[in-house]
Amino acid sequence: MLWLTCPNCGSRPVEEFGFGGELPTVPDRITDPHQRDVDYVWMFDNLEGLSTERWFHQAGCRRWHTVQRNTIDDTVAT
Amino acid sequence: MNEFVETLLEMQWHEPKSSYDVVIIGGGGHGLATAYYLATRHGITNVAVIEANYIGSGNSGRNTTIIRANYGIPESVRFYQHSLELYAGLEDETGCWIMHATKGLLWMAHTETGMRAERARALINTACGAETHVVGPQEIKQICPQIDLTGNGRYPVLGASYHVGAATARHDRVVWAYAQGAMQRGVTVLQHTKVTGLLRDGERVVGVQTDRGPISAGIVMSAVGGNVTKIAEHAEVRLPVRTHALQAFVTNAYGLDFPGIISDSELSCYVSQTPRGQMLIGAEFEPQPSYSMQSTFNSLASCAKKITNCLPFLRDLRVLRQWTGICDVSADFSPIMGFTGVDGFVISTGWGTWGFKGIPAGGEQMAELIATGKTPDLIAPFALDRFANDHSMADLGSAGTR
Repeated sequence: MLWLTCPNCGSRPVEEFGFGGELPTVPDRITDPHQRDVDYVWMFDNLEGLSTERWFHQAGCRRWHTVQRNTIDDTVAT
Repeated sequence: MNEFVETLLEMQWHEPKSSYDVVIIGGGGHGLATAYYLATRHGITNVAVIEANYIGSGNSGRNTTIIRANYGIPESVRFYQHSLELYAGLEDETGCWIMHATKGLLWMAHTETGMRAERARALINTACGAETHVVGPQEIKQICPQIDLTGNGRYPVLGASYHVGAATARHDRVVWAYAQGAMQRGVTVLQHTKVTGLLRDGERVVGVQTDRGPISAGIVMSAVGGNVTKIAEHAEVRLPVRTHALQAFVTNAYGLDFPGIISDSELSCYVSQTPRGQMLIGAEFEPQPSYSMQSTFNSLASCAKKITNCLPFLRDLRVLRQWTGICDVSADFSPIMGFTGVDGFVISTGWGTWGFKGIPAGGEQMAELIATGKTPDLIAPFALDRFANDHSMADLGSAGTR
């Protein structure tokens, strides 16, 4: 992945951005509230495929935006 | 593995049986070392190691072959120092030549903050048994004359920590040594066999489903690299692991002897010389998770730009090969070893960018855990439940993790 599209600045090289992590999800099968908290804080879906994540335009407009990225080939979907 | 290599080794391949005492998923260093130590130390030989590709085709064949113990927290230093000592005796133990060479590692600092980190590293390492000294610029020049102490004017070298026991070994020979030793004692290694699921009996894991049929097992261990999250998901085990791509490259042969291993937190890269004379250079892993094994020019260019500041002679060399591995990086950058909370399923993961150096100790300790049913003291701090218990082991002890 070389370029990301920032809603404010347009297409910019990925070096300008910081990866902010995927949106955390907790599976429904975990019911214990403490275990749900542990899962929310520590565990990752680590999806192979489309992942919804937050990126920060560090060396640009310094705004956060949401990106859909395909982790199989490391390309941006939207 | 190619036919030529097979002629050199005494390997006996078997057809899968329907049941084993222990099934290990992943035929890399950790999986094969566990099988080897189960057979040699505990006499458990009814073991199968299942590998989706050929043995050592994953990260065991894609690392930069550095063996060191200079980590940042006592638990890690002790574990890796034990591993370093096992590596030193591995040729005698297995009778296989793994091209082990003790070289010493210089971890350079370019700022006062960096020096403070190196002083702390030297103190904690020496206290935990891994000999490390702080050295000044003149000593660095004596150890490695090729270093430009001005750092091209941009990265002046103020000092370094010198980890005396650091070594390198040929990575695939390590894999073959363990595979051969395990097979000679009756362990089955199944190559080109994909695990597609886990067999469950209620909560318990009782075997693996493969593309060559089901195999039942008394205990299943996952020694899977980058794809570990999917394997654990079959047992409904959630992991604090992300998969990141890590790239490395080698140059053509450098005519002179390059002493030691050079590492650098600020430039986040590490350099050593292979027995063939090639310069082997690795960098940090990509910041975003990815399963892609596509090497990128960006990574090559940025790493080359950084490292040539301190080692200007590298500018005259040419890049021969570049490759990528996908590594399982845990949330606190320390490996995860031990029980998973699901009966019959144990795990060794989170080896991220530091798995090769941990192969002997990781294998030995996991073998003991499987054989005795109890977690050995050395790896007790690395259990998966440390996250739920608020005992995470944050350790940015690798040049690739800042």
